[in-house]
Amino acid sequence: MVTRASAVRVGLIFPELLGTYGDRGNAVVLVERCRRRGIDAELVEVAAADAIPESLDVYLFGGGEDDPQVMAAAGMRASRAAIEAAHRAGAVVFAVCAGFQLIGHTYEAGDGERLDGLGLVDLATSAGPHRLIGEVVVEPDPSLGLPVLTGFENHGGRTTLGPGERPLGRVRSGGGNGVGGVDGVLRERIVGTYLHGPVLPRNPALADRMLGWVLGAKLAPLEDELVERLRAERLEDASATGWRARRRDLHLNRG
Amino acid sequence: MTRHRTRVALAAGRAAGWASRVTGRGAGSQVSGRVMLGIEPDLLADVVGARRVALVSATNGKTTTTRLLAEALRANGTSVATNHTGANMPAGIAAGLARVPDSDVAIIEVDERWLPKVVDPLGTDLLVLGNLTRDQLDRFGEVRVIAAGWREVCTAHPEIAVVANSSDPNVVWAAEPANPVWVALGAPWRSDAATCPCCAALLTWSADRFDCPSCGFGQPDSPNRLDGDVLVLGAERIPMHLRLPGSWNRMNAALALTAAIEHFEVPIGRAVEGVAEVEVVSGRFSTRRLPDGRDVRVLLAKNPAGWTEVLRWLEDRTAGVVLAVNAHVADGRDPSWLWDVPYELLRGVPVAASGERALDVAVRLEYGGVACFVEPDPLAAAARLPGDGVDIVASYTQFTRLTKRSW
Repeated sequence: MVTRASAVRVGLIFPELLGTYGDRGNAVVLVERCRRRGIDAELVEVAAADAIPESLDVYLFGGGEDDPQVMAAAGMRASRAAIEAAHRAGAVVFAVCAGFQLIGHTYEAGDGERLDGLGLVDLATSAGPHRLIGEVVVEPDPSLGLPVLTGFENHGGRTTLGPGERPLGRVRSGGGNGVGGVDGVLRERIVGTYLHGPVLPRNPALADRMLGWVLGAKLAPLEDELVERLRAERLEDASATGWRARRRDLHLNRG
Repeated sequence: MTRHRTRVALAAGRAAGWASRVTGRGAGSQVSGRVMLGIEPDLLADVVGARRVALVSATNGKTTTTRLLAEALRANGTSVATNHTGANMPAGIAAGLARVPDSDVAIIEVDERWLPKVVDPLGTDLLVLGNLTRDQLDRFGEVRVIAAGWREVCTAHPEIAVVANSSDPNVVWAAEPANPVWVALGAPWRSDAATCPCCAALLTWSADRFDCPSCGFGQPDSPNRLDGDVLVLGAERIPMHLRLPGSWNRMNAALALTAAIEHFEVPIGRAVEGVAEVEVVSGRFSTRRLPDGRDVRVLLAKNPAGWTEVLRWLEDRTAGVVLAVNAHVADGRDPSWLWDVPYELLRGVPVAASGERALDVAVRLEYGGVACFVEPDPLAAAARLPGDGVDIVASYTQFTRLTKRSW
């Protein structure tokens, strides 16, 4: 049993800007999986007009559309010092889709306009020729010791990792970063990914691994029967219909 | 007079739509419209003729608003052509117009992305614009892109009258250049309107209005607004007496009545009478009989804003609720929106997770503290739930499957 003086504070950053793909679900899963183990946890929403506090244990950055992404980037940069200090002190940064792009250096839009991110990790993103849409399966980095990750992606970014950066995993099917057959980024207590769905309800082991980093302990397993059935269904769908979905996407992107 | 080429175009388009559906490539309506317009670009202009035309568009409520506006006009003795089955792309529009070729007026529901393409060919007199929220992001893309298309239409056509919802920032931005008749319908769903459509700064929201502190964009002042069950039109307070349930239908009715009274000059009493009569719109709220003799009602919810409204309405019930979700192209292939919807409102209600994506629904409910069982077949699920008046809330392809046989 993990004991802790204070509640685990899961920060949902700028949900009105970075919440396009059900990103709240990731925060809900982290909080609930603490509570089910008797660990006190709270969901802290940081509104877009507010400064991001240094006192959070998890910083969740979700997906967003173009204009909101510009606003979100400005807010994140304004609170860079707080986020970096919290991370140094043990907090976890979990960034999905637009959020993933924004923890890197820059995002270059289709019209050539450049948006500066946090620069927390060494990566850069530019808009690709078409959107990557569909089920994704990712073989996570072996150091994580996790089962395959399942998610759904919908983004136009092509993300290139700097030479010192490690991806979250290797793409088994789907697009991921769109560069080098990999998805996301993995650093000490930093996870970035293009997978939503949202990703943590579908991959509770990843949620537990991040909570383990916060709590400094390996967590006891939970009963996840429904999720296991969902995972099996999604993984089968990705392998059985992957090629058909790709063709349909090409068709839709043309039309 | 319908020309030969027009008839060929209609037939070829229907065939392409059928082929698209049976091969599983899509819902059919888009490809069929493309084929029709490819063969006969003047198809819509040809079929519509010289009629007065009103186009109704929105993310949610366009089918119902179209029907209510048509009924308000009919109650005043006007003959109306309409595409009332929700077939809202060129194929369906052409078919609806052809069905009543000599009507005085055409009230046409239009898919929000198709609106800019059909305004000119249809010789549009009036646009009725409801709301814009996220819907099937995997294939429709961002809300702002759709708003930009509408805004171009309103800018290019100062001669077209517009009746628009002043509570939705995206709609206001789109319709503003046309100097519309505004009606404030309220904004229950704000998640797609966090930033200013003009300058991308954060909008501020108070109880009844939005403003941009940066560029001055904001909710237009309007003497017209929805106040509970009452439509306030200038100095008039008009009780609506709807048979259709739910707050979202009050919004649809208020928009339709504003258009009928302000634009078509239908006398208030007649318009209200026509709108109040409507009980079922294209299968929405129609019922199916279970083997044990109980009736279940079928409700459509297509996107987070729609689901949220339906759940608020279902909140305090004791009879069971089936949540039936698919993720085909017409539903949106990505059900991550399940996490944008406050299913927690159903705590304490007997619930079944159903549809082809029943497991996604069940996992969402489990994390929301809502007890449920999993049964992919919605009617089988309904049969296992207690109470008279079980409701099935269904995503698009589940809804069409459930309502096809019953009406």
